Amino acid sequence: MRIKNDRKTQLTNFLTYALVIVAFVILQYMSEGKMLTKSMQGYLIPICVYIVLAVSLNLVVGISGELSLGHAGFMGVGAFTGVIIAGIFRDTIDNEILRLALSMVCGGVLAGVAGFVVGIPVLRLRGDYLAIVTLAFGEILKNIFGNLYVGKDINGIQFAFSSEAIKLAEGGKMILKGPMGAAGIKKIATFPVAFVLILITLFVVLNLINSKEGRAIKAIRDNRIAAESVGINVTAFKLKAFVTSAFLAGMAGALFALNYSSVNASQFNFNTSINILVFVVLGGMGNILGSIISTTVLYLVPELLRELQDYRMIIYAIVLIVVMLVTWSPKVKQMIQVVQVRIKDLFKKKDKKGGSVNG
Amino acid sequence: MSFLQYLINGISIGAVYAIIALGYTMVYGIAKMLNFAHGDVIMVGAYISFSATNYLGVPAVLSIFIAMAVCTILGIIIEGLAYKPLRGTSSLAVLITAIGVSYFLQNAAQLIWGATPKNFTSIVTSAPISLFGGQLTITGEVIITIVASAVIMLALHFFTTKTKIGKAMRAVSEDRDAAQLMGINVNRTISTTFAIGSALAAIAGVLLCSTVPTLQPTTGSMPGIRAFTAAVFGGIGSIPGAMLGGILLGVIETFSKAYLSSQFSDAIVFLVLIIVLLVKPAGLLGKQVQEKV
Repeated sequence: MRIKNDRKTQLTNFLTYALVIVAFVILQYMSEGKMLTKSMQGYLIPICVYIVLAVSLNLVVGISGELSLGHAGFMGVGAFTGVIIAGIFRDTIDNEILRLALSMVCGGVLAGVAGFVVGIPVLRLRGDYLAIVTLAFGEILKNIFGNLYVGKDINGIQFAFSSEAIKLAEGGKMILKGPMGAAGIKKIATFPVAFVLILITLFVVLNLINSKEGRAIKAIRDNRIAAESVGINVTAFKLKAFVTSAFLAGMAGALFALNYSSVNASQFNFNTSINILVFVVLGGMGNILGSIISTTVLYLVPELLRELQDYRMIIYAIVLIVVMLVTWSPKVKQMIQVVQVRIKDLFKKKDKKGGSVNG
Repeated sequence: MSFLQYLINGISIGAVYAIIALGYTMVYGIAKMLNFAHGDVIMVGAYISFSATNYLGVPAVLSIFIAMAVCTILGIIIEGLAYKPLRGTSSLAVLITAIGVSYFLQNAAQLIWGATPKNFTSIVTSAPISLFGGQLTITGEVIITIVASAVIMLALHFFTTKTKIGKAMRAVSEDRDAAQLMGINVNRTISTTFAIGSALAAIAGVLLCSTVPTLQPTTGSMPGIRAFTAAVFGGIGSIPGAMLGGILLGVIETFSKAYLSSQFSDAIVFLVLIIVLLVKPAGLLGKQVQEKV
């Protein structure tokens, strides 16, 4: 049984990697051959970013079983760190890929640190209280980087919480302007880098899930007291999942910010966290492949409905409600089962008839 | 004297949060779900009142009752269509459905009333009261809000302790299965809770927009989150807790804006919430539930 299960997970993991790689190769080929429309081209990197965010949130919500409503906060930390780092090294590091990688790593590390600081108090709480505190931390993070001013001149870099506090020498430049956010960012994010980030995320998350730690985390999710009684350090393992998730979200955030010419704090609000959560829940809790597919589909649905203009978000909302009702309602499930049994019966009857002819 | 002024304004804002928080906390207590669409019911209530007074020429006071009636029906419909089929399944599934309902209400409102903010005319016409030679001004809105929230609080307390439906509501929130065995119609009780919560949301919407007169499809979401925080702050599921949490949250918000920092008031409010939850993990007046092995 054990080996069978292992084979099944291995197959699913292999399928996940294969799907991502094949999708990348096809899309890259199409985009180089100018076969994609301009708007489709523009969706590529954001979809990758949201896939990374959904997969990393799935680690917390699906695998670790903690409802987190502040994922956009970590994304924001990564985004603003990334913008600042990219701004600082704009003239010193010429290689754009190197600069992007450095920004993403710094964004990830800082988001990971934020995750650690947030995680220590938050993970002591349970259930809905944990959800509300992650929401609160997300809003606090947003509030802090929404009021951060960063300037750069020949003397160095200045940080402050008000615009007056920064006095720049001649030729100095503001990188971050509080609530206005950052403008004039050089767009250095590329689709191959986004693809590599997805691969890294999959590698980290899938390996973590199928490791000794992953089993411990799942044990905590299924029964905390039982897990504790066999000697699993609950807080340490939960923290591990939380920090990993925050780190990945930070990297995705940096990539996201460096894909646009301007970002501001309000982009990383509660609604963004909720959107990512919707991707995770509709993809299936703890199901990584599901997260990837649902993110892609759900990101594209409102974009493809753009022709319908005002009606598109209403349709999206109705689709969301109907999908939830169909996939979760016990009554609908029962109905599907009845239909399945009937179809099976139909085939069985046919088989019997066939048998009698032969016999 | 400015201290007193801030305190009164804080209590007034807090009273609105408290009325919204009551809706959250009652629904949570009885159906164990976070109804994220509650904030948008507030917005719908405000729009109904606005339309009734501006397009139909209904007197302001009557428009509140129309808004309450519409929101009550809306609450029952939402509960019946979107939440009832999912009863007993994962709470996360209901949460996502609630988010779907929230998107739906916001975008439906945008279709009907447009995205441009409407200027909500206050329902209160009395002139502000000036005390201590103009050092302290209390607007009519402030008085009405505080009085309304006090009346609602008392009425709800009476309702849940004295009437049959109220007692049924408490029984269902205590133990749903046992309540059902005692012959309580659980589904109808939950629908009633949604109806009451939505009617309260309509009142909150009108009061909120009387104080802050811009009305747009997203008007409800931020106060909704604030009130949700307030409900958790006071101990979610507890009616006096929601009241206390709401008022404290309003006062803390006003004071931190006035004395500490206006730009970081959001962060301060949420920081206080986190500290309270770390010290008292079930909120100020919430019951600490012991986990059984």
